[in-house]
Amino acid sequence: MPAVSKGDGMRGLAVFISDIRNCKSKEAEIKRINKELANIRSKFKGDKALDGYSKKKYVCKLLFIFLLGHDIDFGHMEAVNLLSSNKYTEKQIGYLFISVLVNSNSELIRLINNAIKNDLSSRNPTFMCLALHCIANVGSREMAEAFAGEIPRILVAGDTMDSVKQSAALCLLRLYKTSPDLVLMGEWTSRVVHLLNDQHMGVVTAAISLITCLSQKNPDEFKTCVSLAVSRLSRIVSSASTDLQDYTYYFVPAPWLSCKLLRLLQCYPPPEDGAVKGRLVECLETILNKAQEPPKSKKVQHSNAKNAILFEAISLIIHYDSEPNLLVRACNQLGQFLQHRETNLRYLALESMCTLASSEFSHEAVKTHIETVINALKTERDVSVRQRAADLLYAMCDRSNAKQIVAEMLSYLETADYSIREEMVLKVAILAEKYAVDYSWYVDTILNLIRIAGDYVSEEVWYRVIQIVINRDDVQGYAAKTVFEALQAPACHENMVKVGGYILGEFGNLIAGDPRSSPLVQFNLLHSKFHLCSVPTRALLLSAYIKFINLFPETKSTIQEVLRSDSQIRNSDVELQQRAVEYLKLSSIASTDVLATVLEEMPPFPERESSILAKLKKKKGPGAVSVNELEEGKREGGELNGGGGERGGDNSTIAASNASTPSPSADLLGLRTGPQVSAAPPSAGSLLVDVFSEAGVNDDGFLRDLEPPTESSDSLLAEGPGDSDSAPPSAVSEDAAPPLPESNELLNKFVCKNNGVLFENQLLQIGIKSEYRQNLGRMYLFYGNKTSVQFVTFTTTVSCPGELHPQLNVQAKPVEPLIEGGAQVQQVINIECLGDFCEAPLLNIKFRYGGALQNLSLKLPVTINKFFQPTEMASHDFFQRWKQLSQPQQEAQKIFKASHAMDTEVIKAKLLGLGMALLENVDPNPENFVCAGVIQTKAQQVGSLLRLEPNAQAQMYRLTLRSSKDTVSKRLCELLAEQF
Amino acid sequence: MQFMLLFSRQGKLRLQKWYVPLCDKEKKKITRELVQTVLARKPKMCSFLEWRDLKIVYKRYASLYFCCAIEDQDNELITLEIIHRYVELLDKYFGSVCELDIIFNFEKAYFILDEFLLGGEAQETSKKNVLKAIEQADLLQESQPEDWGGLANDEIL
Repeated sequence: MPAVSKGDGMRGLAVFISDIRNCKSKEAEIKRINKELANIRSKFKGDKALDGYSKKKYVCKLLFIFLLGHDIDFGHMEAVNLLSSNKYTEKQIGYLFISVLVNSNSELIRLINNAIKNDLSSRNPTFMCLALHCIANVGSREMAEAFAGEIPRILVAGDTMDSVKQSAALCLLRLYKTSPDLVLMGEWTSRVVHLLNDQHMGVVTAAISLITCLSQKNPDEFKTCVSLAVSRLSRIVSSASTDLQDYTYYFVPAPWLSCKLLRLLQCYPPPEDGAVKGRLVECLETILNKAQEPPKSKKVQHSNAKNAILFEAISLIIHYDSEPNLLVRACNQLGQFLQHRETNLRYLALESMCTLASSEFSHEAVKTHIETVINALKTERDVSVRQRAADLLYAMCDRSNAKQIVAEMLSYLETADYSIREEMVLKVAILAEKYAVDYSWYVDTILNLIRIAGDYVSEEVWYRVIQIVINRDDVQGYAAKTVFEALQAPACHENMVKVGGYILGEFGNLIAGDPRSSPLVQFNLLHSKFHLCSVPTRALLLSAYIKFINLFPETKSTIQEVLRSDSQIRNSDVELQQRAVEYLKLSSIASTDVLATVLEEMPPFPERESSILAKLKKKKGPGAVSVNELEEGKREGGELNGGGGERGGDNSTIAASNASTPSPSADLLGLRTGPQVSAAPPSAGSLLVDVFSEAGVNDDGFLRDLEPPTESSDSLLAEGPGDSDSAPPSAVSEDAAPPLPESNELLNKFVCKNNGVLFENQLLQIGIKSEYRQNLGRMYLFYGNKTSVQFVTFTTTVSCPGELHPQLNVQAKPVEPLIEGGAQVQQVINIECLGDFCEAPLLNIKFRYGGALQNLSLKLPVTINKFFQPTEMASHDFFQRWKQLSQPQQEAQKIFKASHAMDTEVIKAKLLGLGMALLENVDPNPENFVCAGVIQTKAQQVGSLLRLEPNAQAQMYRLTLRSSKDTVSKRLCELLAEQF
Repeated sequence: MQFMLLFSRQGKLRLQKWYVPLCDKEKKKITRELVQTVLARKPKMCSFLEWRDLKIVYKRYASLYFCCAIEDQDNELITLEIIHRYVELLDKYFGSVCELDIIFNFEKAYFILDEFLLGGEAQETSKKNVLKAIEQADLLQESQPEDWGGLANDEIL
């Protein structure tokens, strides 16, 4: 390698980097950087034109400063200039700067795209590659718009150099990921698939990533890739290690390509063609055989590459889930790895076996490794490996080994890492429920769980044990006895007190016959814990006490005394005070019959999916536990309760259980009706004061970063464009309420303005701030909780009903599911107008307030006029166009009575708010108003003209609209007639 | 692959490559979190960990940590070897690469990475081909005098 390649003479840069490295403190570094920034700024601003070399050097310094973590707000123009340099290094640095510091400044993007276009058409492969790298690195929508049509052509053209093809393939992949709607393979499909046959291994390696991604989205169009992939794979697998020259890596032929081929095949079911399938099975067998051969090298790279292929092959075998022989072989191979000295292999074997455990063919084979896995859980030094072992134990658990596995997991919990305790607790709880044969074992397990890891036992877990005890009368006596014993411990976890309080309150009578657990003993035991507990637990205990009065009349006077004490009846906590007062009163005035009715034993809970399972699902997301596993869990969970479980969205069940299980804040006796709105803090009225101040939204960047809603810039895993349209995963499953009767009126309020309060009731206030540019819009919704109680499972769904759907693309970013009392959360909605439209999108809001589901729908004030671009024109032009739009259907007219004072300034302000240009000196009658504008939709532009003639005497208006599209005239006329 | 980070034992970021669109704030947050997590791990621990909904694959070479974030279905071991191949490429290009080479020639480190990985996927796995491309580019810069085209650079201003 030539020594010149290093640094290529940018001495100033090297000196600067040295300086920075020599800085003794952060302050010194910042000082040095500021000095340099000032210097560069003055050079860029100076009169003397900089030569290319200096420009390159300074741009490179800026890049270095940025990579140190400092903000850079200039130099973009100079970098763009470098793009058109003839000198390769200058161009290269320019592209690097652009790739690292992308800026959505539209002015620059156009210039950048121009430079890229020039390089793409330069026929110089090195320049073409640079340009393609830049597109792949930036991957913005603007670039997709500019180049998504061109790149497929470059990719398949016969005279394209191999290196350019490689870059083109991956460049296209990146664009497809950001803007799938713009990358249309159509006619190129078959030629792209045939790149799998390319002689150049590098081209195949690059192209296959593109093909895999496209196959996932359009499996049918790309299905010919299966047989090509199989034959390519077969050639690699059967080749001698030297055949592939530089594509052999530590004696393993083409490991990257092999993995990618096996990955591609996982997009499809097993090949139907017998010959293809035979060849593939042969490949998989060869790969499994090779794992048994002695290694060709002692280097870890050799074994890693070889095993990478092996694990990918096993993934494919598991994906097919149809070859028992291969599945069992895979399982045996993984079994060997479980005891390998390489931690990495043990980790991967545990992970891979987890999926094998869910296959009916290999479940038994996986189970044979139980001792090794338990041992791993106990002895692995790395928590991430122990976590995998715990996952695998969970996955391999069935009725035959549940007791052993649950016991091992419980004992592990005593020393488990804090980071995984909560998940472990959920898993133990689920397994105990799923495989419980006798319920005493189940109750014991959960109480053990609370004893060992009480802090990590979430509400769902103890709700669930109560649901189950209430629903199964054969376990109630045992449960009462066990909690009674557990509560004997001098220090027991608060969760234990909750379960104990609830269960004794319901079923304490079942053990009251024993003098050792007589009613008073039970009460004294519970009450001895009372003062150490938090408010919610105390509230629950108070409810248990009133239940005691019903169960055991002999405890009445003792309990009344407790309720009457100052510490209860004058408690500073409203909830406790209220309970004490109400319970005391109830116990004094109600007859025994009334008391018995009000305080009757809780009715069985409706069958539903385990709330714990829902929680685990939510915690881990799909993929962590296989879908089969969850389905099975649901089924069995239902069985336990003696009936088919009701299926619902995750959150609806959690929400439902919040409502009906002993949630301490929910009113156990139902004495209180409905949420108490009067509890709202006095400051609720000023909740939205900050909404329209600068702090709410960064106004500076507001327009600049407007972008089509398909690009999500703030989520780590960019969502597909369709995804966010549908309800977020946390949606409550009840149907959306019909729009409020007043929603049309609310909509009309926003025709001529973009900001304000959309909706307000006693609980909730919704503020809006929105901005539109061309056919794009962004709306910020501010949901303010006016009460002092939190809103939970707060979800919103934005939908485009019926005909609106193809005309408007509306995407709502997810919103926080929890709004604290008095707090406000913000939601961003991106809007793209595709065609002209009449209806408004619907916004549905659901949340629970004090257990009660709130469900309301509103119309989002997105109206067609929001996409107006004002058009200034002279009188002559106006009338000429007016005449051109003279077909009867192009005009819409309305004569209507004024509903507001006819103030010229107010009318003007409204017309400006409408978005059109207000044209002066056009109409011969100065009383009249005339406007012009163009509505920007993605599909087309619709020019519109407006004339408004007020008649002050009659207090009437005549409104006339003319547009190139009849539906637009009609809609605008409707909207506007409501405004004056 | 979603991103690749190179950082020193002291937690200084030496190279960052993002294959998904993220804002600067988010990038800084991720970097801070990951550097901390990885540096806290002991030498013999396994090279993979779950982080958010991604898988992290990392390996230490001398004073530098190479750390990649891949998606659920991606292959951990082959990613480990992607890291190794990249180290080999740097090593071959710089001749026994060390952290200082990457600090002072960070732009080269980026160029080599772009030849090897594009959009988060392996573009060219042959060591020879990648280095050939970089070498050619280096030669290009040597042999491109002012008279290459009609336009002198300054005219563009």
